[in-house]
Amino acid sequence: MATIKIPPVLRASVGGEKEVSASGENVGDVLRDLATNHPATQSQLFSADGELNRYVNVYLNDEDVRLLDGLDTAVGGGDTLVILPAMAGG
Amino acid sequence: MSVSSAELLRQIKSKIDEVDPSEVKELIGEGVAIVDVRGSEEFATGHLPGAKSIPRGHLESRIETAVPDRSAEVILYCASGIRSAYAARTMIEDMGYEHVRSMTGGITLWKDRGYEVEIPRTLTAEQRDRYSRHLLIPEIGAEGQQRLLDAKVLLLGAGGLGSPTALYLAAAGVGTLGIVDDDVVDLSNLQRQVIHSTQRVGIPKVDSAEESIHALNPDVNVLKYQTRIDASNIMEIIDGYDVIVDGVDNFPTRYLLNDATVRLRIPVVSASILGFDGQLSVFKPYDGPCYRCLFREPPPAELAPSCGANGVLGVLPGTMGLLQATEVVKLILDIGDPAIGRLLLYDALGATLTEVKVHRDPECPICSRDPDEIRDEEMGVFPDYEAFCAAAG
Repeated sequence: MATIKIPPVLRASVGGEKEVSASGENVGDVLRDLATNHPATQSQLFSADGELNRYVNVYLNDEDVRLLDGLDTAVGGGDTLVILPAMAGG
Repeated sequence: MSVSSAELLRQIKSKIDEVDPSEVKELIGEGVAIVDVRGSEEFATGHLPGAKSIPRGHLESRIETAVPDRSAEVILYCASGIRSAYAARTMIEDMGYEHVRSMTGGITLWKDRGYEVEIPRTLTAEQRDRYSRHLLIPEIGAEGQQRLLDAKVLLLGAGGLGSPTALYLAAAGVGTLGIVDDDVVDLSNLQRQVIHSTQRVGIPKVDSAEESIHALNPDVNVLKYQTRIDASNIMEIIDGYDVIVDGVDNFPTRYLLNDATVRLRIPVVSASILGFDGQLSVFKPYDGPCYRCLFREPPPAELAPSCGANGVLGVLPGTMGLLQATEVVKLILDIGDPAIGRLLLYDALGATLTEVKVHRDPECPICSRDPDEIRDEEMGVFPDYEAFCAAAG
């Protein structure tokens, strides 16, 4: 199981949690597992064609998965995924 | 055997080489070490351009630090060429310097010839007192404080983030603070916007901010822009600033600011806040990623709530604003490791700071190009811009 850090704007979709666990061999599987358990996150994370929305950044530990293998990036049990949409409050 | 001072000077001068001011003038900026051996009070009244001050009484103990290379070419001068002659003899005979000359006639003859004199800027007695805790830090000192006093920083927004940032930058002695905000102080601002006050509800934020800044530090020159920044005025407003502090509350302005600052190569210290969470990064054009490298496009309106709609912990902009102020000071002083290429995520409830890497995007629509190629009509535009702005109201 990997740990996923949930940003404030998505917490309502996961029952208010800041961190949830999800399983999967790679980033795509882990995020799809999250969306299966918390369906409200599906459209927030993925576009209609199953790609990660461009306005959502996902980091495996501290590295942007787009610079790794994207949704195919392998995820280990101790890894943390950070989901990060931009915020504009000032 | 005793000798008169005139005879001693004659003997000394016979043992050293002298150089005429006209030759020294040609050597300025050519890598020759020019050392002023007068007292520090004399130095403060004006010196040769680029000269280092080493009073003759400190010559033996300080010259090695200033000129470590014994074979380097060194020119010494004083008021009239006497003290520098003695100093040259000491450096040559006692310390083994090989190429030391004394300037004939000293700075008196130099001035008579009409050559350029540099007047060093010094802190006033009041400034030395006010900034004494900075002066004690080796990384800042008088030189660093002067850099702060010379710096021009623009704050976009005198709101949650801008309030603490402006106050601390003013306290630190940043000489010019520009503030852009078209709003007036509202009672609901005062839970976090500490630069304003209850008595100033209803007056423009730029005026309120100026009052607090001057009450704290009258040294600061405040430039007020009571306007909303947009594509038509941004280039004019931001041009000439050394650092910009982004504390704006909406995405279109953040993208617009990014594009304009990339064009003008001005670093931006950016932060955003919502609820109990804050983000911070430094975008230094072409040295690191820009805002568009990090966030290629803004989230849809339902995923981009504002503090006005969703609320924010009043203390949070204080924390994030002061992290911004710290980064600004570091950039001005060129010290430490600014948060370039890193995004800091602060979770106030968890009391955690997480860091993720931000890389330059080789396909970035803005900073992958030459700044001169970025056109006015592209600035601040992103896919679905019209729909985004319509949804945001």
